[in-house]
Amino acid sequence: MPGACAQGLIWGIMAIGVYITFKILDLADLTVDGTMATGGAVCVMMMLSGHSFGVSLLAAFIVGCIAGLVTGILHTALGIPAILAGILTQLGLYSINLRILDNKANQAINVDKYNLLVSLRYIKGVPFYKNTILVVAIIIAILVGVLYWFFGTELGSAIRATGSNNNMSRAQGINTNAMKVIGLVLSNGIVAFASGLYAQYQGFADVNAGRGAIVIGLAAVIIADVIFGRIKGNFAFKLVSVSFGAIIYYIVLQIVMWLGLNSNDLKLLSAIIVATFLAVPYLKSHYAPKRTVKKGDNADA
Amino acid sequence: MLELKNIHKTFNPGTVNEKTALCGLDLKLNEGDFVTVIGGNGAGKSTMLNAIAGVWLVDEGTITIDGDDVTKLPEHKRAKYLGRVFQDPMNGTAATMQIDENLALAARRGKFRSLKKGITSKEMAYFRERLATLDLGLEDRMTTKVGLLSGGQRQALTLLMAALVKPRLLLLDEHTAALDPKTASKVLDTTQKIVEADNITTLMITHNMKDAIAHGNRLIMMHEGNIIYDVSGDEKKNLHVSDLLAKFEEVSGGAFANDRMMLN
Repeated sequence: MPGACAQGLIWGIMAIGVYITFKILDLADLTVDGTMATGGAVCVMMMLSGHSFGVSLLAAFIVGCIAGLVTGILHTALGIPAILAGILTQLGLYSINLRILDNKANQAINVDKYNLLVSLRYIKGVPFYKNTILVVAIIIAILVGVLYWFFGTELGSAIRATGSNNNMSRAQGINTNAMKVIGLVLSNGIVAFASGLYAQYQGFADVNAGRGAIVIGLAAVIIADVIFGRIKGNFAFKLVSVSFGAIIYYIVLQIVMWLGLNSNDLKLLSAIIVATFLAVPYLKSHYAPKRTVKKGDNADA
Repeated sequence: MLELKNIHKTFNPGTVNEKTALCGLDLKLNEGDFVTVIGGNGAGKSTMLNAIAGVWLVDEGTITIDGDDVTKLPEHKRAKYLGRVFQDPMNGTAATMQIDENLALAARRGKFRSLKKGITSKEMAYFRERLATLDLGLEDRMTTKVGLLSGGQRQALTLLMAALVKPRLLLLDEHTAALDPKTASKVLDTTQKIVEADNITTLMITHNMKDAIAHGNRLIMMHEGNIIYDVSGDEKKNLHVSDLLAKFEEVSGGAFANDRMMLN
């Protein structure tokens, strides 16, 4: 169970990245399926060549930002629909990820030989300050703090406005294309950073690490929405609840595995969970309307 | 101050849906003009406003505002000249953001958006003051999400936002058409107040001929992508709805009798 917690927290960081595009910008960005592998690949290869985890994670973040930039340009400057732009970047990243990993499907990093920030070995029997759950929780706290500040700035507000109402934003002089690009860059940077942590946690970077990542990210965002959505909280609370959403997701997975499903079934299960959580609000408003629900009436972000 | 010269715009050129919306349109506004725009469906009224706002680029012609050629400027860069209110109340505000946040966005129209605070406490006091002038009680609900406001409240707020930074030109695209008659007349009063307070040059499309006559100092009528009638001053003041109807019938051979705009 602590393992599920630690994994959930790391994916919680990733889910915060997804929240920026999916909830704030109202874009479904599939790039993250690529960046969730890229970040780990960059981080592990950097560490294997002697860099510290700090520098390596920073590099992972920057490479993720670049991936987001590519999707952003494909979408805004070249007019490719957001979903397709994300898929194209993600597909291209697969080859790039293999190159980064020196044409191997995965690269291991030994926890005994390298100084890792997080690891599944750092859950029990380590000094408390090295405990992965604590470390990741602190990272999330810092990240939420920074994002809370950022989305309260003039620029951050403009990004939120873009996601809320494109027409209005342009009428108010906001370059909506630029805002979308900034959002995609930031989101993918955060996802790649999470990927770097996840690779350290697992002890290896894997070219397939990102498969279905968007679904897990969405699951966390949606679970948070369903469970904590009714609580009136500020933006920071929403971000924290997203990381709790990821933890809940991993705990549910753990329980299901105890019940006898094997790990090969997890992807199907994830898909079913997300489809269900996405469908429920729609079906509710469709078949049991309590009040007229208009687009934009929901009170998030 | 605004000058449209020989504006042409055709939608879906070369397809079965080809539609010439503006065809050689010329218009010159003077500083402080409050112009009402009428015309049947498809006359090119909204297209003209969208051309000025830069929703898309025109096929031909030039648009200058206060001597600046804005013909090639993208929409968001023209925003510094323009305040806009749309027909659909949902369009002019960000529903998922608070009233004060929406005002803060409007307060930065045409300015660079940096990493400074999105709303300062000084601004809050100013917003409260301005909201109070609407007389809708919104000044006590500054942190309410705009999505929870009624259509009329949203239009009034959008108007306030459009004029928060004095625009060189205010574009009102049938901004009362989606409201019930009582709310519509209230929003129109607010419009009049805001326009007069700052002496804002205004282009207002309306489907209501009485409103078109009662407001502003100049009235233009559009038909098939061009201006066919342009009156101002005393001549406009003495206009009657029947005069306008006669004018409509003259150019369209009576087709306007069936138009939804009629008298209402």
